[in-house]
Amino acid sequence: MSTVTLNAHAPTGPIADRWDEHRFSVKLVNPNNRRKFTVLVVGTGLAGAAAAASLAQLGYQVKVFTFHDSPRRAHSIAAQGGINAAKNYKNDGDSIHRLFYDTIKGGDFRARESNVYRLAQVSVNIIDQCVAQGVPFAREYGGLLDNRSFGGAQVSRTFYARGQTGQQLLLGAYQALMQQVGLGRVEMHTKTEMLDVVTKDGQACGIVVRDLATGEITSFNGHAVLLCTGGYSNAFYLSTNAMNCNATAAWRAHKRGAAFANPCYTQIHPTCIPANDEFQSKLTLMSESLRNDGRIWVPKSPDDTRPPHQIPEDERDYYLERIYPSFGNLAPRDVSSRAAKRMVDAGHGIGPLQNGVYLDFADAIGRLGEQVVKERYGNLFDMYQRITDENPYQVPMRIYPAPHYTMGGLWVDYNLQTTVPGLYALGEANFSDHGANRLGASALMQGLADGYFVIPTTISDGLAPLLGSPPVPLDDPVFAQTEQEVRDDISRWLSVGGTRSVDHYHRELGKIVWDYCGMGRNRTGLEKALSEIPALRAEFETNVRVTGRADEVNQNLEKVQRVADFFELGELMCRDALHREESCGGHFREEYQTDEGEAQRNDEDFCYVGAWEWKGPDTPQALHREPLEFEYVQLTQRSYK
Amino acid sequence: MKLTLKIWRQEGPRAEGRFESYEVPNVNEEMSFLEMLDGLNERLVEDGQEPITFDSDCREGICGTCGITIDGKPHGPWPGAATCQLHMRAFSDGDVITLEPWRAAGFPVMKDLMVDRTAFDTIVEAGGYISVDTGAAPDANEIPVPKPVADAAMDAAACIGCGACVAACPNSAAQLFTSAKLAHLNLLPQGQAERFRRTEDMVETMETFFGSCTNYGFCQEACPKEIPIDFIALMNRDYLKAKLKNRKLAGRQG
Ligand SMILES: Cc1cc2nc3c(=O)[nH]c(=O)nc-3n(C[C@H](O)[C@H](O)[C@H](O)COP(=O)(O)OP(=O)(O)OC[C@H]3O[C@@H](n4cnc5c(N)ncnc54)[C@H](O)[C@@H]3O)c2cc1C
Repeated sequence: MSTVTLNAHAPTGPIADRWDEHRFSVKLVNPNNRRKFTVLVVGTGLAGAAAAASLAQLGYQVKVFTFHDSPRRAHSIAAQGGINAAKNYKNDGDSIHRLFYDTIKGGDFRARESNVYRLAQVSVNIIDQCVAQGVPFAREYGGLLDNRSFGGAQVSRTFYARGQTGQQLLLGAYQALMQQVGLGRVEMHTKTEMLDVVTKDGQACGIVVRDLATGEITSFNGHAVLLCTGGYSNAFYLSTNAMNCNATAAWRAHKRGAAFANPCYTQIHPTCIPANDEFQSKLTLMSESLRNDGRIWVPKSPDDTRPPHQIPEDERDYYLERIYPSFGNLAPRDVSSRAAKRMVDAGHGIGPLQNGVYLDFADAIGRLGEQVVKERYGNLFDMYQRITDENPYQVPMRIYPAPHYTMGGLWVDYNLQTTVPGLYALGEANFSDHGANRLGASALMQGLADGYFVIPTTISDGLAPLLGSPPVPLDDPVFAQTEQEVRDDISRWLSVGGTRSVDHYHRELGKIVWDYCGMGRNRTGLEKALSEIPALRAEFETNVRVTGRADEVNQNLEKVQRVADFFELGELMCRDALHREESCGGHFREEYQTDEGEAQRNDEDFCYVGAWEWKGPDTPQALHREPLEFEYVQLTQRSYK
Repeated sequence: MKLTLKIWRQEGPRAEGRFESYEVPNVNEEMSFLEMLDGLNERLVEDGQEPITFDSDCREGICGTCGITIDGKPHGPWPGAATCQLHMRAFSDGDVITLEPWRAAGFPVMKDLMVDRTAFDTIVEAGGYISVDTGAAPDANEIPVPKPVADAAMDAAACIGCGACVAACPNSAAQLFTSAKLAHLNLLPQGQAERFRRTEDMVETMETFFGSCTNYGFCQEACPKEIPIDFIALMNRDYLKAKLKNRKLAGRQG
């Protein structure tokens, strides 16, 4: 029997009025009644911190959970380049409609129109909110806000705070959250990892958590649970995500009935420092903003091993400028990444391992002077030099694509509710707004849109009917039972007593996912992955070694559970990629490409969201389809030429 | 290269700690310091020993999670870098390196090299914000901020909350952390309304956890973001003003 129905609850009517109409039609909870509702927020990145602070301001009882030692350490802190908003402060033709259109097109026509339009609408409020909180965005000499350009757009709509935009936005949200903690409206649980969602009669009623300091397993109950737990790029092992980013919260929710949408839509970011060796623990992003002034090139002749300054101008191929003259170095991420891969695969790769392309600032330094370049990108240049021991003011940077962001995630309706009533997903953890490819500077926008403006409005629609009913009490057997399952799982991992480390298996899994479900995918490879992953998982389950105890700080125990979930998720990524017999955005099936090697969509058969329903440990998930309808944009072959 | 590590091992908050030595062969100078430790941990696990507990997350010097005192220096020998940004080319074959957690009463050790820095959150909770409920903000460009002011606020806001300043200070004082947050908010026009109350509340909360500042200046040296101690002077000035101002206000109310 299927418990999943995909009703997007997306409003109809003129697109510009939909969010207004919806706000008018949702049920409300009056201010005096809000304190009667408890909302559990898991995650304190942009999405979670913004949601928790805003809901507490409204008067709800909020409990917040993060596995980090402080809410300020969520991975959002690492975002560098900027945040988009349709302010049109530059008078360069931007508008809400243009941001909407760019986002839909950038996502290769695989996102829901209503959601994306709303995102573009509230983008302007986000900037207002952040400035009022004291986010020190870059300014012009007149004191007004500065903007830069990002990939996939021909307007300047990106707001930034040096190369630390995510840090500053997160600190703004974190500070608002801490204020609510001080006022007693938010109960904060740091170093607390959510390990399961508790449901009763199909409705989410709480969570089970592990205290990472003491190992204690406990439950919390509430009227609603918000998962704001980030993306799953670490399924690839090497990615630009922080070491501890993981999919466990979303995955356990999936296993409790939440459909997982478009898992194969993953973003490989074009500008990262190329991998060095086996011991590499993660990859470092060089912000896309660098492509505003840096020029990407490779030597024209394959296997040219001369140092870059000895390669004369006419022996260089500035391939993005050549192939995509109107967007040039600012072509969108998926397009730029694949172009880099084609160059390297054809033998034009540079650097000691011939696994990169150049990002060259010589022209920019000549045109603007070193000082201006330093002002714009100083901290990124320093970061690069520290890692590579090369000075990018003198030699071009070496870059290569790396896993960075996941567009897929928990399926949500227009209210951000998953297929489990009472369970919501916000930020990168949901699948909502970016379709098959996300444009730069749009993740921060979406996380804050979800947290500050969408959920505070839509949550009352789910809560209002619950007025008068207290949360399911903690002594209800559903809590004891879920806790027991979590405890059993932990004991099982501690008693395997194998010979290899968790990291070993994570690395091996990552290699399979990257090789067969990375930048290029095809039927043969995906089928291979679908047989290799379960085989490796079987070995992992019987040969992994986790030392230590359950009732203490135990980082390996934390890791083993996350990696176990990556195994299952990695498999689903491949299954989704195999079923989607088209190329779109970040999902590039080699069998489906245009004569020029661009992604070839198949709108006839695949213009839908693919949402997978968990069917138990030994049965493949079942696919559900949410058809996508486009009334305001015309589906075209994406072109950035 | 081959290294010897002397690492602080402590099973839990109440356990006695001790140094233990580990030989690490085959260290490649391209590795980051934490990748070197990852390698050691993998080996320990596969040998059935307890790996070393240490905190880290972004590994690019921005989340503030990592922090090891290396040969007596918080975050190690490289200026302007967090532990995760340190690479092994800073060391040479045969080196003996000592690794300790942050040492400060305000940051109790949880296990091995991991400490509890909740006190920093408590300081922010006391006033490290600008009160503006979601939705109540005016258009962003209605609050012009002169570029030099925005730049100075950003210099202060760059703090990553790692705690190296406290670890470096012989008095375990948290003046650099607290003053950086205060400077960020107190310099901006948006922060003026709550300026003095904020300063008073944050400073007094800080004093309940941390020692007092006697101007050693080691904090600035250890700061991975090179935040200058000038901000401490600004904080002290505002604190004094806050005290005077509030007395006046109190008088008026009376
Ligand atoms: C290096 C880098 C640079 C980027 N730069 C940009 C940029 O310039 N512009 C842009 O728009 N986007 C950028 N992005 C993307 C963007 O930063 C992220 O998509 C976004 O910040 C995600 O926010 P979030 O709130 O959804 O999740 P996160 O910030 O990842 O937060 C997740 C939270 O969930 C918690 N959590 C997770 N699982 C559990 C659990 N089981 N139990 C308890 N707590 C849990 C974590 O502790 C954390 O608090 C960048 C990403 C990277 C990797």
